[in-house]
Amino acid sequence: MQSDIKRLSLILLFAPFALWIFLLIALPHIGMVILSLREKVAPRVYEFGFGNYIDFIQEPIYWNTLLRTGSMSILVTFLALLIGFPIAYYIAKIAGNRSKGALFLLCLIPLWVSDLIRAFGWILLLRETGVASSFLLWTGAINEPIEFLYNDVTVVVGLVYTVILFMIVPLVSTLDGMDDAMVEAGYNLGGSGFTVLRRIIIPYAMPGIVSGCIVVFMLTAGSYLTPILLGGKNSSWFTEQIYDQFITRFNWESGAAFGFLLLAFTSLVVWLGLKLTGQTLANTVAKS
Amino acid sequence: MKRNFKITGLVAAMMLTTASYAQAETLRLLTWGSYAPDELVQKFEERYPDITVEVTFSNNEEMIAKLRATGGAGFDLAQPSHDRIAAAQLEYDIYKPLDLSKIDTSVMESSHLEGVKANTTIDGEVYAVPHQWGTSGLMKNKAEAPDFAGWDDLCDPQYAGKTSMRLKRTILLGTAFSMGHDPFAAYDDLDKYQEILDEVADKLIECKANIKAYWQGGDDLSAMMLSGEIVASETWDSTAYKLFAQNPDIVFVPPETGALAWIDTFALPRKGKADDAAYKWINFVLEPENVSIMSGSTGAIAAVKGGLDLLPEDKRNAVTAAFTDEDIANLKFFANIPPGVEDMEGKTLERIKAATGG
Repeated sequence: MQSDIKRLSLILLFAPFALWIFLLIALPHIGMVILSLREKVAPRVYEFGFGNYIDFIQEPIYWNTLLRTGSMSILVTFLALLIGFPIAYYIAKIAGNRSKGALFLLCLIPLWVSDLIRAFGWILLLRETGVASSFLLWTGAINEPIEFLYNDVTVVVGLVYTVILFMIVPLVSTLDGMDDAMVEAGYNLGGSGFTVLRRIIIPYAMPGIVSGCIVVFMLTAGSYLTPILLGGKNSSWFTEQIYDQFITRFNWESGAAFGFLLLAFTSLVVWLGLKLTGQTLANTVAKS
Repeated sequence: MKRNFKITGLVAAMMLTTASYAQAETLRLLTWGSYAPDELVQKFEERYPDITVEVTFSNNEEMIAKLRATGGAGFDLAQPSHDRIAAAQLEYDIYKPLDLSKIDTSVMESSHLEGVKANTTIDGEVYAVPHQWGTSGLMKNKAEAPDFAGWDDLCDPQYAGKTSMRLKRTILLGTAFSMGHDPFAAYDDLDKYQEILDEVADKLIECKANIKAYWQGGDDLSAMMLSGEIVASETWDSTAYKLFAQNPDIVFVPPETGALAWIDTFALPRKGKADDAAYKWINFVLEPENVSIMSGSTGAIAAVKGGLDLLPEDKRNAVTAAFTDEDIANLKFFANIPPGVEDMEGKTLERIKAATGG
């Protein structure tokens, strides 16, 4: 009787999650797999085959774009970690109890504004007749207006700005749990600041670093708006290729294949990253 | 007791609203931004009180994608361009044939009507009739770029970093014309068309350094043009007319090789549920005074007899300022896109986008 009730409550609690995973994640993906394995041979005639994947391998534009997206996403992840870590450390360890909450909130506020609006904000700032260029003209630092938009640096800056919160939040929550005594002990034993950082703080923060990096990398590689709007004529981002396949070329079959290739590629990068740094999901993400 | 009354009242009210809602027919329009001005929708709903109009704004590619996703359900009337119907119908079966007896085709400009009918007839059934037409071409800021005249001038080094284009099929076709090809004639011979596309791609990749940015929609194009960041661009004529109202130096330029003309149409999605309402809408917007309201909103010319005269005055001035009779005679109407061409063009556009030109 008792165990029946337990089982029932487990089923009831688990049901929404299971339904969500099955109906909104698993089922559409199964549909996409089937779609990606259809080859179009003539109007309204399809055959089973791997043609869409073979097309991808044979066309350098596609895999170059995927590699470019991947490498830029890694760069963005690294920069977000580099910039986010000191901020997170300050919020978690140095700031007082009262300012901590306020600072954390300040970090979250940009999330209340949609991605699109933030990207347009960057455009207003950085365009040739925009705020930054006009200000530099006014100060006399430059004589001709400068176009800051439409290059890779702008895309990286914009992406770091968009995703850095997802790095800071897990870092703050991990670092928050660290006992100050550990840092003090490190110094007492004669460690320099760098040694303390390398031997105590970073290992302790590892679960946060790993989960932050995974989230940031996945978000960046899958982002669409920021690279398109800020990158302009030279921004090739893999998500744009997927959009083009689906919408402008009506080629859902190869769009679906591209979607899976992106999923496989990002999963591979995350796996490689874990291997290379000697981490496992079990002792990092699961712990945080 | 009092509460009970309230609840019964609420239930009754809900039943009433749902009942009246069920009676009313809904006309779900899938059309271009500005193709269903509020003024016309209101007027239509006043004339036919039992019809409610729901509008979804979209573009050619998205219209087809949306209808394809549902097999032609979810909308009662769509307005794709005339060259995007036959292939989409052959591939995805998303439209149903029109009953021409229910449409007042006598008011339509016969050349447009016959052209669209010829383009969209499959197995003897007509799938679309014309609504509005306009052109894609160029615009320039007269004060800054007085000599700008053809598609290839976009790549002229004297305008380096000060021109723009949309990376879509229009610019491929325009560039092909400016290089002395006739891409529409090559639609019958896709190998030949691929050669033209390769040549065009090389030219546009080389040109990439000259371009400031590829515009995505009318708004970012307008911003770049009005701020003076660019002095000339590929454009839709209606965007140029709108800018002309704000800065008379900005004019539409029909390219030397001819502006590319499109006709937006009326077509019925295959699983549409309110055909009668759709036919009512079609006939309604073809009435002369409604044509003026529509053209005032779209900036395009209605494909009815005397369509140019029915334009509001400011738009008519902009058109007559841009087009001579010669330019009108030189219009190149988009030819029907045969299956397969979209894929070839898509690949070419990807090649251009991915190339690192500067």
